[in-house]
Amino acid sequence: MRPRWETALEWAIEWIIRLCGVSAILFVLGIFFFVFREGSGYLFHGFNPVQFFTSIEWYPTSQSNVRYGVLALIAGTASVTLLAMAIAVPFGLGAAIFISEFCTGKWRESIKVVIELLAAIPSVVWGFIGLTVMNPLIIKIFNAPIGLNVLNGGIILALMSVPIIVSIGEDALKAVPDSYREAALALGATRWQLVYRVLLPAAKNGLLAAVLLGVGRAVGETMAVLMATGHAIKIPTSPLDSVRTLTATIAAELGEAPVHSQHYQVLFIIGILLFIITFAVNLLADLAVKGIKGK
Amino acid sequence: MTFGETKLGRKKRRNEAIAKVVFLGMALSMILPLVLIVGYLFHQAWPILSLDFLTAMPRRGMRDGGIWPALLGTFYLVTISLVIATPIGVAAAIYLNEYSRDNWFTRLIHLAVVNLAGVPSIVHALFGLGAFVMFAHLGRSILAASLTLAIMTLPVIIASTKEALASVPMAFREACWSVGATRWQTIRGIVLPNSISGILTGIILQVSRAAGETAPIMFTGAVFYKAIPEGRLFAYGLFDQCMALSMHLFTISTQVPEVPPALPFGTAVVLVMTVLLVNAASIALRAWLRSRKKW
Repeated sequence: MRPRWETALEWAIEWIIRLCGVSAILFVLGIFFFVFREGSGYLFHGFNPVQFFTSIEWYPTSQSNVRYGVLALIAGTASVTLLAMAIAVPFGLGAAIFISEFCTGKWRESIKVVIELLAAIPSVVWGFIGLTVMNPLIIKIFNAPIGLNVLNGGIILALMSVPIIVSIGEDALKAVPDSYREAALALGATRWQLVYRVLLPAAKNGLLAAVLLGVGRAVGETMAVLMATGHAIKIPTSPLDSVRTLTATIAAELGEAPVHSQHYQVLFIIGILLFIITFAVNLLADLAVKGIKGK
Repeated sequence: MTFGETKLGRKKRRNEAIAKVVFLGMALSMILPLVLIVGYLFHQAWPILSLDFLTAMPRRGMRDGGIWPALLGTFYLVTISLVIATPIGVAAAIYLNEYSRDNWFTRLIHLAVVNLAGVPSIVHALFGLGAFVMFAHLGRSILAASLTLAIMTLPVIIASTKEALASVPMAFREACWSVGATRWQTIRGIVLPNSISGILTGIILQVSRAAGETAPIMFTGAVFYKAIPEGRLFAYGLFDQCMALSMHLFTISTQVPEVPPALPFGTAVVLVMTVLLVNAASIALRAWLRSRKKW
């Protein structure tokens, strides 16, 4: 017989494990609750959603007429993300196709390692590169007055979100059964025809998930865009305009906003908005992945 | 006469070659930035890199001297956050892989893990500020910042640990159960010893992630400058504020005017090399493990 204390200990351990298992749910709810809690004071008293979403006037510290319109900030996030995706999606999917279909063995492993290392570079270092390398480069090439703009942030964000697109995209291509490849090659298709006609349609859900996760990464990125996109709060009309994103606004202003002031609470409301956007993007990506597994 | 190539065949071959080159280019375009960035950072930082740079205090308002307090602060934050996140993450993974059944609740936990991983770092910062600094009255401290980082690293630790656990063949468990072992005895005696190295690889990767993050610690415990005695390992207390490498790089590259350029480059090199070396170690460990796997 086992001693009774051992049975009791095992029972306790199993309950701790169960509790930890549920912890992820608790933390997600906790994040929403506490961010909501800090922002709720203003959200329910005096918050003007129409102005918030449709005004481009962001004057949080104005003495006479305080206005909190985040449209320009949303435009900033959207423009930088769009440009980043325009670069990262073709390159990321291209690299994923190359790794999964055109190379083998040592080459494949080395490229994957490099992409993993690229993903490890901290965002503040990317921001620093935007500040010290890209900034003078853009000023020189485009003859722009300032190099901290949508173009700069977009390129930096593209480099940051490519690794995730590559790794998820490669998983998606790998999930396509080999019999598809063999059937296409047996019919005399070249590898390019195989990729274009067979693999891309077959893996489209997984590739969509890869792109969505890249978007999620780009929307949520903070330090790099804070340092690389300049600080102009306006709707950009060209890639050479400076912008300010939602994330950068929180990072730049939270330190100066007095605790529990209206400004401070509005920054938390922006946090809720970001949380909801990324939650939706991740949910969609998850559904897209489930789509392939279900088939 | 040999079999002449048909027009279609030539075209096919040409397209194939073009596709291969284009995809190769896309893959290489990812390797190039990594090499260029690391090379450029080293080139710029060369005059300042020395042991003294690592172990000296910043002087003259951070325009001279070394990075010792930031290095030590990062070490504290990373260690404490992983000490908190590892047991919870590993236990949660054990629950998901060994205990949970495939039902809606497990799906919900999985969804929570995915979404927790996708929460933007600045939202983690807001959560840390609202929950740990304000609600739990920890104040801006190493503890509050470490807790924030711990929750950020948690979902990735859960995912990598779960993968390591899942790689242990089911037959191992069944053999153990059939000689009368309980569930927990099987986990402790068979599953964990056979997956411990895979679990460690995942946790090591999070060292580099925690070391590189800036946004989550900016408002929860990291400060621009803090004087500590040189050469003492236990210079910070749990409730002190601290400096951190990532925050220091942000500060001296954007907030302090007239910093000699070698200083931020030196800080960036130390940060990037820490992260890359930790990652390389983890990748090497993983490759070695794969090569000696017996089943």
